[in-house]
Amino acid sequence: MAKKNATDKVSCNMNALPLKTRMRPYLIVAPALIITIGIMIPFAMAIYFSLTNYSFRMPTYKFVWFENWIKILKSEDFWRALWVTLRYAFWSTLVEMVLGMGVAMLLNKLNNAFSKILRVVLIFPLMIAPITATIVWQLMLNSSVGIVEKFLNVFGVYNFPWAASPDTAMLTVVMIDVWVNTAFVMLLVLAGLQSLPKSPFESAKIDGGSAWFNFKNLTLPMLKPSLYIALLFRLMAALQEYAIIFGLTKGGPGDTLMNLSLTAHLTGFKFQKFGYALPYILVLWVIVNITAKQIVKRQRAAQKQASGLES
Amino acid sequence: MKKRALAITMSAVMAASMFASVGVSAEEGSEFDWKAYEGTTLNVMFNEHTYADAVIAKLPEFEELTGIKVEYSTTPEANYFDKLNTALSSRSGQPDIFMTGAYQTWEYAPAGYMEPLDAYIEDATKTSPDYNYDDFIPGIINALRWDLVPGHAVGEGELWALPMGWEINTLTYNKKIFEEKGITPPTTTQELYDAAVALKEFGGSGTYGLAVRGLRDWGTIHPAYMSLFATWGAKDFEVEDGKLVCKLDSPEAIEMTDYWVKLIKDGGAPQWSTYGWELCGADLGAGKAAMMWDADRGGYTQNVEGASAEAGNLAFAGIPLPEGKTEQLSNLWTWAMGMNADSKNKDAAWYFLQYFTSPDFMLYSGTEGACTDTPRTSVMESEEYKAIVGQAEGYLESFETVSANASIFFTPQPYFFECTTMWAETLQDLVISDTYESTEEAMQTLAANLTELVSDLEVE
Repeated sequence: MAKKNATDKVSCNMNALPLKTRMRPYLIVAPALIITIGIMIPFAMAIYFSLTNYSFRMPTYKFVWFENWIKILKSEDFWRALWVTLRYAFWSTLVEMVLGMGVAMLLNKLNNAFSKILRVVLIFPLMIAPITATIVWQLMLNSSVGIVEKFLNVFGVYNFPWAASPDTAMLTVVMIDVWVNTAFVMLLVLAGLQSLPKSPFESAKIDGGSAWFNFKNLTLPMLKPSLYIALLFRLMAALQEYAIIFGLTKGGPGDTLMNLSLTAHLTGFKFQKFGYALPYILVLWVIVNITAKQIVKRQRAAQKQASGLES
Repeated sequence: MKKRALAITMSAVMAASMFASVGVSAEEGSEFDWKAYEGTTLNVMFNEHTYADAVIAKLPEFEELTGIKVEYSTTPEANYFDKLNTALSSRSGQPDIFMTGAYQTWEYAPAGYMEPLDAYIEDATKTSPDYNYDDFIPGIINALRWDLVPGHAVGEGELWALPMGWEINTLTYNKKIFEEKGITPPTTTQELYDAAVALKEFGGSGTYGLAVRGLRDWGTIHPAYMSLFATWGAKDFEVEDGKLVCKLDSPEAIEMTDYWVKLIKDGGAPQWSTYGWELCGADLGAGKAAMMWDADRGGYTQNVEGASAEAGNLAFAGIPLPEGKTEQLSNLWTWAMGMNADSKNKDAAWYFLQYFTSPDFMLYSGTEGACTDTPRTSVMESEEYKAIVGQAEGYLESFETVSANASIFFTPQPYFFECTTMWAETLQDLVISDTYESTEEAMQTLAANLTELVSDLEVE
């Protein structure tokens, strides 16, 4: 009875509040809610259309339910595209992380006028659209007019096939990706390095800690949050890569470089089978989503560890 | 009485004025008037091309003549059709006019995105008396006609677009290099192979005999490959028992493809599988390739003074013939303009179409506008055109020889791009990988896949 009275009192008090005050919590939440719905609409539409035979070629469409999904999961093309996507993402991200970190540490250590010039020069590739960089590299790698070919000729290597051979095509696109994006990792790591506290390093120096000891026990643990951020952005972008591969070989030679993005684009836009193309994109979205969540989880843990909240 | 007389008089006056007004409007309606749609705004989508440049250059004159305002966008070819597909499928009516090719009409027209044009041409109130439709070269205009039945050849049914220009695929060679090496322009496929092999690394590393396209898309199949394929006597599809059946496993198709693979391996570009028309033309112009088999105007533009290092050294030959064949068959490509079926300004859009495919404009584009392959007979026979285009050695001769039998040798069907992409992928596999043990195995696999792909098409 007492509980009922208390509830009545609260609701009575709530009703007594002006409408503006009562609406305030909803108004505060509303923008976030609208943005969330806005973000989710394309995904909901993609799931919806993946269950249809929607095509530019036909004036109408009908539900085929899971026919597209079953067909794709059974097709060799899908599994090959998935494998290409994962390989590309793994190699490009790995090389960029290692190189970016190495260059950042070098620049941090040098910290003189030369390193300041290098910092500016090294980020030039980041200012170029990947498709433009690809066209420039295509010319550089051309066996007739390319500067790289001329350079290799000095060492007795002639007509290196680059993107023209299934054996070297992956190497070529990863190389271009590394050229464009290593600076991004470098920038993030350099910012992380410059924000590290000096006192632990000074203590280690007094204690006679070696460079490797300092790197392993001080630099790396404290740098981990920055590394995870770089990894998050690069891995997500590499999984979704489109411009470099399309610009260089359109997915060839054969189907050597047909990743999920390219296969979806080709199926949707060139072959005009939108319903059939969407599962490729949705699978890619699931992969990117899971990967990103795992990295963010680890980044938070590393952040806590670095700030001394967890041992 | 007076009232009655007045009523009769009034009725007579009204009837007379009504008939007079009918007469006036009929007379007005029967007269073609360039200002009829003054104040209308049209939206046009162009692919980046010299054909589009010629139109854009003359837009102010069109706007002044008609009072129609034109807004336009140009998009590079790599993305043009993606953008166009999206625009047409939105059914918004934008763009009113768009550039297209014959193969694209096989997708757009059955989907209901394209307005048929015959009714406009036949309507004297909508078409200028100077238009002269019969002046179009029959092979070119017919490439844009189709009855929408998969498997039926082009040339029948409605007209879906009007040609801006067209291209045949012939051999262009560097006469300076040929003279230096003592080689004569090839007229047979065996001579072509021998020349390509002999010219391998003719000027050091990276130089080679023959440039042809090799990318993983339809563009690799439709120019040189399809021309030789047709000349060899092979066909892509045939209708059997009411179904389309792929014939890429026929003896002719296998033999021709086997030859082609060998030709590229032994005398083609080292990075052939990355070559589109741009790189083929660039290598020919830079003196890295001794020959190119591609669109004739690709070689022509490299030969214009100042356009490339080898400008002036390029000459034109026809199509090398396989043993036992006498007819040069070039697959043709035409850039054309079509009207959006959902356009809100169809009559004004027709004015745009007829102006920019008229004899006067075509004479300008064929001479001053660098659109050398004119689709109009009157332009081709004009002295101005011959004086300009005839400067390139062998160009007019090979153009006249090959164009006589030029046509679209693909079977029209809506899966054209998917089929030709798979075809190009198989070619790449044959040239640069060991996916297949033989050309026969590859073509049999491809034929089976393509027959399966088109199996849902209603042919009859």
